[in-house]
Amino acid sequence: ASCVQYRLVVRDVNTLQILQLYTCLDQIQYIEWSSDSLFILCAMYKRGIVQVWSLEQPDWHCKIDEGSAGLVASCWSPDGRHILNTTEFHLRITVWSLCTKSVSYIKYPKACQQGIAFTKDGRYMAVAERRDCKDFISIFVCSDWQLLRHFDSETQDLFGIEWAPNGCVLAVWDTCLEYKILLYSLDGRLLSTYRAYEWSLGIKSIAWSPSSQFLAIGSYDEKVRILNHVTWKKITEFEHPATITNTKTIVYKEVEKSPSVETERLSFPPTRALASSLFSTQSKYDISQVPVSLQCIKPVADRANPKMGIGMLAFSSDNCFLATKNDNIPNAVWIWDIQKLKLFVVLEQLCAIQSFQWDPRQPRLAVCTGNSKVFLWSPAGCVSVQVPMEGDFQIVSLSWHSSGDSMVLLSKDNFCVCYLEREEV
Amino acid sequence: MGDWKTITVPVLSSDSKNIFQYTSEKKISPPSMNSQVLRLPLPSSKSMHSFFSAFCTEENIEQSISYLNRELTTLGFPSIYAESKGKELNLISIINCMNELLVLQHKNLRAQEEVEMQHLKLGSDMDHLQNCYAKLKEQLELSKREIVGLQERDRQLQSKNRNLHQLLKNEKDEVQKLQNIISSRATQYNHDMKRKEREYNKLKERLHQLVMNKKDKKIAMEVLNYVGRADGKRGAWRTDKTEARNEEEMYKVLLSDYEQRQKQLLVENAELKKVLQQMKKEIISLLPPQKQKPKERSEDGPVLSDLEEDIGELNKENMWELSCETVREQLTNSIRKQWRMLKNHVEKLDNQVSRVHSGALNEKDVISREDHELETEKLELEIQQCKEMIKTQQQLLQQQLMSPCDDDTTLLLQDCYLLEERERLQEEWRLFREQKKNFEKERRSFTEAAIRLGLERKAFEEDRGAWLKQQFLSMSTDYKHSENVTTPSAFLGSSDQDNRLAKSTSQQRKPHCMLSGPVSAEPCQTSQYITHNSSSAASKKPTGDSKSNQWVESDKEETE
Repeated sequence: ASCVQYRLVVRDVNTLQILQLYTCLDQIQYIEWSSDSLFILCAMYKRGIVQVWSLEQPDWHCKIDEGSAGLVASCWSPDGRHILNTTEFHLRITVWSLCTKSVSYIKYPKACQQGIAFTKDGRYMAVAERRDCKDFISIFVCSDWQLLRHFDSETQDLFGIEWAPNGCVLAVWDTCLEYKILLYSLDGRLLSTYRAYEWSLGIKSIAWSPSSQFLAIGSYDEKVRILNHVTWKKITEFEHPATITNTKTIVYKEVEKSPSVETERLSFPPTRALASSLFSTQSKYDISQVPVSLQCIKPVADRANPKMGIGMLAFSSDNCFLATKNDNIPNAVWIWDIQKLKLFVVLEQLCAIQSFQWDPRQPRLAVCTGNSKVFLWSPAGCVSVQVPMEGDFQIVSLSWHSSGDSMVLLSKDNFCVCYLEREEV
Repeated sequence: MGDWKTITVPVLSSDSKNIFQYTSEKKISPPSMNSQVLRLPLPSSKSMHSFFSAFCTEENIEQSISYLNRELTTLGFPSIYAESKGKELNLISIINCMNELLVLQHKNLRAQEEVEMQHLKLGSDMDHLQNCYAKLKEQLELSKREIVGLQERDRQLQSKNRNLHQLLKNEKDEVQKLQNIISSRATQYNHDMKRKEREYNKLKERLHQLVMNKKDKKIAMEVLNYVGRADGKRGAWRTDKTEARNEEEMYKVLLSDYEQRQKQLLVENAELKKVLQQMKKEIISLLPPQKQKPKERSEDGPVLSDLEEDIGELNKENMWELSCETVREQLTNSIRKQWRMLKNHVEKLDNQVSRVHSGALNEKDVISREDHELETEKLELEIQQCKEMIKTQQQLLQQQLMSPCDDDTTLLLQDCYLLEERERLQEEWRLFREQKKNFEKERRSFTEAAIRLGLERKAFEEDRGAWLKQQFLSMSTDYKHSENVTTPSAFLGSSDQDNRLAKSTSQQRKPHCMLSGPVSAEPCQTSQYITHNSSSAASKKPTGDSKSNQWVESDKEETE
């Protein structure tokens, strides 16, 4: 599904054929599929309206109007039948039920990046709240929205919460002014706190490993610390220095190779294909010899939210690799081998990394850097794929299909679907 | 009397100096020797004469004799006068005195020499000691200076150290101060933040109230129709029961998670215990070789027996099923003990190896290692030899292969071979032709012989026929009635005999012809044929034609 201005277009994944076309009242800011893929919600924050469309019944419609309360965020509940709207100024979260047309309110939600977290199995929902300058966490049962537990969190200013994939541990971390991460069990008991250091800027991003064995914490000091689930103590630290000296890591460097164009074949006006090939430069990967020094940028010291530290963390689905990005070295993706707890591969790109995502089935990483190429890495090697489009296609973000066979590449105005061939075994 | 300075000498002539010296010389008696070096010029013979003449002149002979007597008696010598008080001199005593004086003089001289020697030695010793003293003094000075320098350096370094410590302290203080500043600022910021947040909350509350109060009709949800729940259940009221149920479910989830984890940990634990057991067994299996060594038997004996007991116990208990503390401790302790023993064992082996290198011990392991080394050396030698052989063979091969590649030599060689072959062939051809010629000759001779034979046979047969006719005629006149039957049979029999003979000869000839097949025919054989044929021809004339025919046939066979 994709939205264009105020229209919602639903396409088939394999053929990209338009299946449905819906028109909304206003410009759509956010769309989300329900968990059973039967409904799509379209949120229009300006108007404070959420419209829900059904795929099975194109005539069915639903409109939720928040009115003067305003709308800041909207999301589905895991059962696909409730919509949670966060009103403006984070006054409250209203839970609209599609089945019963009933409304519930959650008061005092916290205005932070990740204030709502659902467990993987969709049974519980944790909401971060703040009352009287203190942080609280409420755990709700998603089936009937009953409050299960309400406890206070020992954070100064909660920044985010995230459930472990096994649904039993909730990681709560503090604002970046304070390096503190708290681990709560499902019933609200504090299992452990971890504090790496004081005073310097703290946690920037965290990631759970799919088996819930490890919790990777990326911080502003360019290090990733890994805690294990048995003792909740640090088992290792990954550093991201600007020069790589370990001979066992492979460094792939993206190298441009300009295409050779025979001048006799140039015709005027130039054909489209020729033009695109002239302006688009091919690139390939070269293995650089260690030691390699990566391009490093010095962040501006007197600004808030400096571009330093580990900004992106992602575990591969088979729990073997961890991909990180150090914002100080924006052109490199670091891939760590979790079985050996060592740096495995560094991908050095020509432009800054925009986003990367692991294939949900295999240990395959797709990286986009804002130009018209998507880069794939797997333990077998890495490849750079050019998007065959006329003109420029700046890939800003990408998203894998849940089967791992295809992925969507998004640019500012367009998107394209990249299909990956499966090897015939 | 030993005082040589003050002497009252009778006034004499100008030789008083000499006398002075002479008397002084005399006065030095052996018992009283001065330490000072006396360098007296020994009087030369001339001066001696002058001394003599100076001391004793013709006038004062008696005076001088009496003087001498007095001196000698005071010195202890016998008087030079005779026993009577007369002025007669005792020559023997004078001579004795003189001898004594000479001996004394020699002694004195020797003593003087010795003293001088010692004097010199002492002088050199003194010099040496003075030199040593001077050197030591210099060294002392140097070391003193060095000490001073080192002390100076030490002081400097200490002062540097102190400075650095001070700096470090300063830095630490600064850091502490900064941390304090940061913390105080942080608390200030927190306080401010809280204040602002409270204000913000108040605003939010206000806004919330306003929003709620307005009761906007817009806040509503329009749904075309109700959507069924995902799992098909109907909406339920929230009651206490549901709360309790939720709690239950939550706890169930937690418990299941913990149980799963515990299972995993148990499995891991069991595996690790198994591994430890295996390790223990392997360590024990490594240790028994110690029993072979006589030295350590005493040490290991009791320990090993303990170990075996332990092993027996632990195995019996089926350890990996129990997990109580004591059992665990036992296992870890036993493994630690064995590991230590193994370590000791390895260390002892290392020591032995090092001792062997110095050549002290002579134990089995050491010998075996030596043997092993010898064997490896032998093998290496063999390998080298083989390699060398291979190399030489390769070289030879290459030479062989390479040498024909030379154009000239190959051509020559080829030519040589060809020539050889050609010559051989030529020889063979010659032989062949010779043989051919011989065979032709033989054939002609045979044919001639055959013709002759035929003729002879004809003649013979004619004769025979004539003779038989005569006989017949004679016999028929005699035996007309009795022998008519036998003669034709005899004639037939003789012809049969002839035929048989011819066949046999032909048969005999045929093998001879077969034998003459090979190229290298010998002329003697041909002569044999001729003689044989001639003999057969002589004996059997009538069969000449048949023979010739047969010969021709055999000839044909030959040529074929």
